[in-house]
Amino acid sequence: MHSRIVEIVVGIFVAIGLTALFFLAMNASNLASYSGDEGFEIVARFENIGGLKVRSPVAMAGVKVGSVSNIRYDIKDLVAVVTMTIDAEYLGEKKDILDENDVKQAVQFSQLPSETSASIYTAGLLGEQYISLQPFESADEEDEPYMAVGGEIVTVNSALVLEEVIGKLVFSITEGGGDSKDE
Amino acid sequence: MVNPVQMLGRSALTFFERLGRAHLFLMDALWGFFSMVMRPRLLVQQLYSVGVLSFLIILISGLFVGMVLGLQGHYILSNFGAEETLGVLVAASLVRELGPVVAALLFSGRAGSALTAEIGLMKATEQLSGMEMMAVDPMRRIITPRLFAGILSMPLLAAIFSMMGILGGYFVGVGLLGVDEGAYWSQMQSKIDFSADIINGVIKSFVFGVVVTWIAVFEGYDSIPTSEGVSRATTRTVVHSAFAILGLDFVLTALMFG
Repeated sequence: MHSRIVEIVVGIFVAIGLTALFFLAMNASNLASYSGDEGFEIVARFENIGGLKVRSPVAMAGVKVGSVSNIRYDIKDLVAVVTMTIDAEYLGEKKDILDENDVKQAVQFSQLPSETSASIYTAGLLGEQYISLQPFESADEEDEPYMAVGGEIVTVNSALVLEEVIGKLVFSITEGGGDSKDE
Repeated sequence: MVNPVQMLGRSALTFFERLGRAHLFLMDALWGFFSMVMRPRLLVQQLYSVGVLSFLIILISGLFVGMVLGLQGHYILSNFGAEETLGVLVAASLVRELGPVVAALLFSGRAGSALTAEIGLMKATEQLSGMEMMAVDPMRRIITPRLFAGILSMPLLAAIFSMMGILGGYFVGVGLLGVDEGAYWSQMQSKIDFSADIINGVIKSFVFGVVVTWIAVFEGYDSIPTSEGVSRATTRTVVHSAFAILGLDFVLTALMFG
């Protein structure tokens, strides 16, 4: 009888311990938002990424759609190459297209419009930096409406470096002051 | 002239001999795992006295540590207008550091000292040699179940500690100080990474569990079988465990987050 109570109490203890682990995993970490699929990658090249880091969020209209998975510097083109992993739910359909040699090739497309642009913004005044994707419909009807997986975002806006902005501001103020004196 | 040098040599030899004996002891105790699986009741009994009896102190300490983190964190973060990140601060410090470390320190004080005293007293009252007389291996019967009970309990206790801490921070931060509830949880969820933070915390607490229980059972088994010897062994358990936990924590943190 006594050992039965002990076993029950130990069972409760182990259950509470496992519940605590489950609580930490689901309620206190990003596991709940982690969908089993790996997602797909797209690339963007920036002149300056500011304080962007691996695992920084990628958002569209403020909604998180992925994260930065890799950052490297391209010494040939002198730009930073940022690889983003976008959640698999934004994958589009597979289509056969003709490449340069007129050979049919199956290409996996995403649901992102082909003219999507990427900008590096700062969340709040001192917050972390993130990539914001802005979709634009392509004006040209001939073009593919969607961006291919692994494709590159052509239109980019680099990070706003505070010192540069202040420098420009000071420059324009002193310039402007000079002009107004002349008049 | 020779005496101090000889003393140094002797203490070094004693130290390494003890270290070697401790490792052989650990191997022997771990090897007993297979015979313990045959008799899980011994393990359940020890899970009760090692794990369940440490439950309350872990629960209450975790709650208060989290509440203090909530107060202190809010005090500092409000200087920068960043009260919303209170959840991140509380959860990150608990899951990465305070959960495993403080739970292990409490565990060594609550369960480790009890293990040493129990085994030391068994040795002093010749219960261990009595078992050997009856062809019962005290390593299998006494040491192995206690060692595995400690190893299994520690990660669970650390997880409970972290959970209670996060809830304590929630009560103080959201309940008393008016931090936005949604921000507390959502910031936490977006910044705490499952594999980088939580799994590493569990690995830490597992390592601490092995080391603390190992020290406790070895000190008891290796104690001088007198009342003074047992009392010294119990003190050594707590002191050495604290050193081992804090030292290993630095090494593990440097490896995981460095």
